[in-house]
Amino acid sequence: MSAVTGPVRAQDDDPAPDDAHAPGSSTPGAPAPSTAGTPSTPGTPSTPGAPPAVGRARRRAARWLMAGLGVALVVLTVLSGMTGQVPVSPAEVLGSLAHHVGLDWGPMPSHPQGENALWVVRFPRVVLAIVVGAALACSGALMQGVFGNPLAEPGVIGVSSGAAVGACAVIVTAGALVPGTWVAAAAFVGGLVTTFVVYALARAGGRTEVVTLVLTGIAVNAFAGGLLAFFTFVADPAAREQIVFWQLGSLGGATWQSVAVVLPIAVVGVAGAMLVRRKMDLLALGERAAHHLGVDVERLRQLVIVLVALLVSAGTAFTGIIAFVGLVVPHLVRMVCGPSHRTLIPASVLGGAVVLLAADLLARNVVANVELPLGMITSLVGGPFFFYLLRRTRSRQGGWA
Amino acid sequence: MSDLRHEGSSFLGSLRTAVTGARRRSRRPGPVAPGEVVTAAHAVSLTLGGAPILRDVSVDVRAGEVRALLGPNGAGKSSLLGVLTGDLSPEAGDVLVHGRRLRDWSPTELAMRRAVLLQQVSLSFPFTAVDVVRMGRSPWRGTPLEEADDVAVDEAMAATDVTHLAERHFTSLSGGEKARVALARVLAQRTTLLMLDEPTAALDLKHQEMVLQLARAHAAAGGAVVVVVHDLSLAAAYADRVTVLARGSVVADGGPRDVLTEALLSEVYDYPVEVVEHPGGGAPIVLPRR
Repeated sequence: MSAVTGPVRAQDDDPAPDDAHAPGSSTPGAPAPSTAGTPSTPGTPSTPGAPPAVGRARRRAARWLMAGLGVALVVLTVLSGMTGQVPVSPAEVLGSLAHHVGLDWGPMPSHPQGENALWVVRFPRVVLAIVVGAALACSGALMQGVFGNPLAEPGVIGVSSGAAVGACAVIVTAGALVPGTWVAAAAFVGGLVTTFVVYALARAGGRTEVVTLVLTGIAVNAFAGGLLAFFTFVADPAAREQIVFWQLGSLGGATWQSVAVVLPIAVVGVAGAMLVRRKMDLLALGERAAHHLGVDVERLRQLVIVLVALLVSAGTAFTGIIAFVGLVVPHLVRMVCGPSHRTLIPASVLGGAVVLLAADLLARNVVANVELPLGMITSLVGGPFFFYLLRRTRSRQGGWA
Repeated sequence: MSDLRHEGSSFLGSLRTAVTGARRRSRRPGPVAPGEVVTAAHAVSLTLGGAPILRDVSVDVRAGEVRALLGPNGAGKSSLLGVLTGDLSPEAGDVLVHGRRLRDWSPTELAMRRAVLLQQVSLSFPFTAVDVVRMGRSPWRGTPLEEADDVAVDEAMAATDVTHLAERHFTSLSGGEKARVALARVLAQRTTLLMLDEPTAALDLKHQEMVLQLARAHAAAGGAVVVVVHDLSLAAAYADRVTVLARGSVVADGGPRDVLTEALLSEVYDYPVEVVEHPGGGAPIVLPRR
């Protein structure tokens, strides 16, 4: 393993062309033949040519989308802060937030339990919703890119179930009071193994056919479901309750401790995704073509699979299986601002946060004083959407393959 | 020569490559002398799924010339191109790029030297045509040549007659339009070597001529082209050198007039073939005997 100090090129950072392979070259640095990578006319102004209309429209749409999502995130955060048994006004939510970052403006919550309700119960939940939603949507966008298939999603192809199996195995063997870091680590390992297995099974010739992907998902989900059933069977009542909660998907257990475990994982995952997003575009051409454009495909996809596993483990470790966020969000983003990963990844991160925060608000408010499972809400909305996408893919491609 | 190997083999290495972009570290292409061997296969043998595909095949591609790979279906033309691009690894023999073995180059360094047009052009997501052409510029990201991106894209799209399709979604284009957009992507890459696998298959008469004329112009400007074609008359008209393959072996290699004879072609294609001199004195015309 040559790691960071690995071999460095002889011509490291040297802008002069290496003429070693052209022994006859008399003038190093002279331009190659006119068609070979030289600006055609030296006098050509290097101002970027007028961007094409659709491109410009998409870029404008992307800016508006990001701005809108940012606003929505703030509004939903305030709404989430207000919602619950202890009444807190919007101004008080903002005031409390401001005081915690050192700004002395706005009113503090007037209710004696207001401050506690916000900072012990509601804000950890809001932050966890944002982090989990962002992680799931980002993993969905990455997965769709690396599978070359718009239907890839952590829940659909069984990566979430795989992560759940890992987490539940730890809960069953180590008891319900196991530290959160262990659960997260086990979810990561489970997610990583499942992603690799699905990837190996479902791909053929550089892309994944819809049928293969969905069928692989059925098989993996069935197997993971069997393991989860086994764990539920052997677990003691406390652990059993935790496993059931896992399969429903919920933000009910949110604490600052869980945020502290999940947030760094998600940040690493999202940062990695941002770094590879330009290359992800080239994968859309297929593996061979991407390789011919200079992408080390093998390495890129290994990296992306690890990133996906990181993000899915962050998205499931404390919240269980929340399906379809990773499917729906990247699709909505693509509809607005096109398929380029340059905008898809950041917009999906924001969009996932907004969607999950909104879903959680819904889960808490649809029925008075009852908190519905979050996974139930996302599945009820996401299932029909998935069906719509299948139909659309079929009509576009003229067949299931 | 460990410093020539593709850098790093670790996860950290790949993360670093992703972060820093290997391009800055890549050896840029220098000038290429006319007649210089740009890429070559030496005594290459290939077996796929137990079936021998190529047997002891040698071919070279020189700067300033268009080399056509000809032969009947299943002769191994595309496989030979696949071996030259590195998509297929031969059991025996070597593939050299500018005198160095293929694996001594990083993917980015190769992408700066040669552009490949595959037979199958697919796209997983609905990018627009101009997005696809722009992808051809990705090897030059982070280099001074990045400045030429817009010019290169515009020129390539004009040359392949797809400027009017720029805003269309690639997936909504017809087969021939897709093929031309893909060719524009390859031209936008602005490499010395073009490797084209059946670029004319989906095209109408005008655009078939256009593609081969582009190949000729590229060679005239000092570049090199290796192209798989089925139309023997096209090859006769535009290629400097032709390599005829049959059942995985090279049966003839040379100038089109010397190689494309009635006897040889009739035997290779297992069908009587007629080679007719062009009445206007142009390149010979190859016809099946009817």
